[in-house]
Amino acid sequence: MSLFAKEPNFDFIGKRWYAVALSAALITAGVVVMVLNGGLRFGIDFSGGSLMVLEFAQPTSEAAVRDALTLIDEKDVQQYGDSGGGVLVRLPQADPEEGTRLEEGAERVLSLLNESSLGEFEEVSRELVGPVIGAELQQRGVSAFLFAMVGILGYIAFRFSYSFGVGAIVAVAHDILVTFSLLTLFGYELSLNVVAAMLTITGYSVNDSIVVFDRVRENTRRRGRGDFPALVNTSVNQTLARTIITSGTTAFTVLALFVFGGEVLRGFAFTMFVGVVTGTYSTIFIAAPVAILITQWRVARRGLPASDATSPRRPQVTATPSSDAPTRPTRPQAKRRGRNVRV
Amino acid sequence: MKKNLQWKLLSIIAVAALSALAMFPPDEKIRLGLDLSGGVHMVLQVQTDDALLAESEASAEQLQTQLITQGVEVTSVASSEPTTIVIEGVPQNRDADFRQTADDLLSLSYNREGGAGGNYTYRMRGPVESSLRDESVRQALQTIERRVNELGVAEPIVTPYSVGGHQILVQLPGIDDVGRARDIIRSTSLLEIKLVEEGPAPSREVLLAARNGIVPPNMEVVTGPSDVLGGVSDESYYLVGRAAAVTGRDLRNARPSLDEFNQPAVSFTLNREGARKFGELTGQNIGRSLAILLDDRVESAPTVNGRITTDGQISGAFSQEEIEDLALTLRSGALPASLTYLEERTIGPSLGAESVRAGVIAMASGLLAVGFFMLVYYKLAGVNAIVAVCLNLVILLGLMAYIEAVLTLPGIAGLLLTIGIGVDSNVLIFERIKEELRADKMVRSAVSAGFDRVFLTILDTHIASLIAAGLLFQFGSGPIRGFATTLAIGLVSNVFTAVFVSRTLFDVVLSRRRAATLSI
Repeated sequence: MSLFAKEPNFDFIGKRWYAVALSAALITAGVVVMVLNGGLRFGIDFSGGSLMVLEFAQPTSEAAVRDALTLIDEKDVQQYGDSGGGVLVRLPQADPEEGTRLEEGAERVLSLLNESSLGEFEEVSRELVGPVIGAELQQRGVSAFLFAMVGILGYIAFRFSYSFGVGAIVAVAHDILVTFSLLTLFGYELSLNVVAAMLTITGYSVNDSIVVFDRVRENTRRRGRGDFPALVNTSVNQTLARTIITSGTTAFTVLALFVFGGEVLRGFAFTMFVGVVTGTYSTIFIAAPVAILITQWRVARRGLPASDATSPRRPQVTATPSSDAPTRPTRPQAKRRGRNVRV
Repeated sequence: MKKNLQWKLLSIIAVAALSALAMFPPDEKIRLGLDLSGGVHMVLQVQTDDALLAESEASAEQLQTQLITQGVEVTSVASSEPTTIVIEGVPQNRDADFRQTADDLLSLSYNREGGAGGNYTYRMRGPVESSLRDESVRQALQTIERRVNELGVAEPIVTPYSVGGHQILVQLPGIDDVGRARDIIRSTSLLEIKLVEEGPAPSREVLLAARNGIVPPNMEVVTGPSDVLGGVSDESYYLVGRAAAVTGRDLRNARPSLDEFNQPAVSFTLNREGARKFGELTGQNIGRSLAILLDDRVESAPTVNGRITTDGQISGAFSQEEIEDLALTLRSGALPASLTYLEERTIGPSLGAESVRAGVIAMASGLLAVGFFMLVYYKLAGVNAIVAVCLNLVILLGLMAYIEAVLTLPGIAGLLLTIGIGVDSNVLIFERIKEELRADKMVRSAVSAGFDRVFLTILDTHIASLIAAGLLFQFGSGPIRGFATTLAIGLVSNVFTAVFVSRTLFDVVLSRRRAATLSI
């Protein structure tokens, strides 16, 4: 069975501006909602504060719990899980006054609920994060991410070329922005788990980009650079079946996590799902076009003919068509693939 | 079958068997993180200023005693900040004597400043300060460790959390009574026995009436519950000596017992040095009262009826559980400084189990669906992919069990990603083989070319991901690290399964017949 009866030949690179418009619209929508909501919603890991999950013996409602806690000004009460008795209570970071104990808010909630008529309950989980830790987790999350990015950029630049590295990183940045936007649009908040999911997406997106770049590298080696955008488009098409199958299966696995993963993993699974889809999309419509763009820009700046500029710095890839291409026997499929695409 | 191939098969079976052995049975061998097993995770800040203040106060106390014996009268010797001792009102004519005495006593740890108008400040030297701070963190660590061990928690973790930040990480997996653990870990349990100079009195004013409202420099006012006074006021005030005659450090043992009214109490036994000091104190002060202070609060103030050396008792309004916890914390020693929470996460065991269940269901259904798809789409070659992906999971879990890595919630996500990467590698290879077949290659050379071509791609994607995973582990925290660990191991084992195992399986199939077609 094959996804495509013959090798597909879609003009992805030619349609790149539509893709850019779509991404820009999505990101703008996300940013607008983010601004209207007063910034990104940080989870307790980063904002600090108290978060408790309580399980009442009797089914209860958000409103009832909110009523029982009227004495606490700032609070967030949500239904939790599907049992009917699960309630999540979140308190913001208390003023960092001297002597305010971290656990005070949580203890107040417990004592107020104990006095209420809501019946018996169990404290299923409790998370208290102080300002020091919140700031530290934020800083560590950001630096982990940045270092990982730099590492990947360095590796791609070393193995492929600088423009590919930039292409992959721009694609990742795009994925992160789109994911942030969708998280905001769907009301999810940024927790440590979501950050871990974002990192996964990053790995996934880079993985995807490398597969395409690898094909570009191989085709360059085999056929010379010629019309670089067309060559990239061919490479994207050649790997298209793989791209679709892989993201399809991965998206399915992640969907299973979203459906069966329970409340704790929902934000995580959502982020992964969005990331897998946008990661695939960005590989085709962002990473490759950016790589082309950077290559052409570098050409223009150096005043070289366009065909020379595409050469990555790795020795095995830098062969010029005149001297190298004839020495390799042309493979039969190379001819079949030889149709260039208008860019 | 070629001999070469037999060896390959054999080594694959050996790796699979070893991994399966390492991870079996999974519920015992795979260590679960707190988010999956339930338990408490706390980050505590050691208030090292407390330890410095105690040190400076003790030095100020000593200096005062020395000055009195030398006959140098000063207005005050006090330590208001953790690292300074301030002396005021040194008489002009005794300036040299003062310097001599104070320098002899303090110059090892303190720098002298000032001197104008008979006012001096001794400031703690930097190295002394930092070593005292480190020492108090070390002591706090040891104390918490002892307490946690007495609590009987399996596999607790008590380690410094950040270097120089004076923070301690405590993780107690699978603990039921979180509130109690919290209290026990954090209670300072500073036991002091001090001689009562005046009191008890119902108010500070009454207490100090005879001294014109002034607290003498070597004494302090402490409070305690007022049951002694028959409920006249909520608090009783005592004037006690500043220096503790006996402290928790002099304890040899502490155990729950009953007092003379059959109320719960803690009996303690002093070590030899403590017994000597206690004997001296009680022998010289028969008829007077001793205040037994716990964390600067008077728990009881019994009258000394005779010389006591080794044994004492703390009584007060305690419940049985409070008594047991107090005995425990006294046995494990006082904390050198108070602790505050920076972070606390408690995950109930039911919630953790729920996450494990959900993760397993998600993984199983994901695997089933992917397996089904691979069989439909790639036919027989799909079996290859399924074997490779499953083997990858087994090796991953086996390795995790072997290096005792902890599986966390994001770690489960890492497992899922590993499935995804495994499938991807196989898809890459299969699609390439198909492509080669479309280019009219023979089956065997198509398979060989497919694997050879894709190997470089797989290597590049895996190395890039490994670099990312390594950096995530290095710079990330908690859950991110759990994820990075799983991902890194999964990546390494995937290179083995997707490239080596899958290819060997192809070779086995192809070696049996002269293949003209391939089921892919």
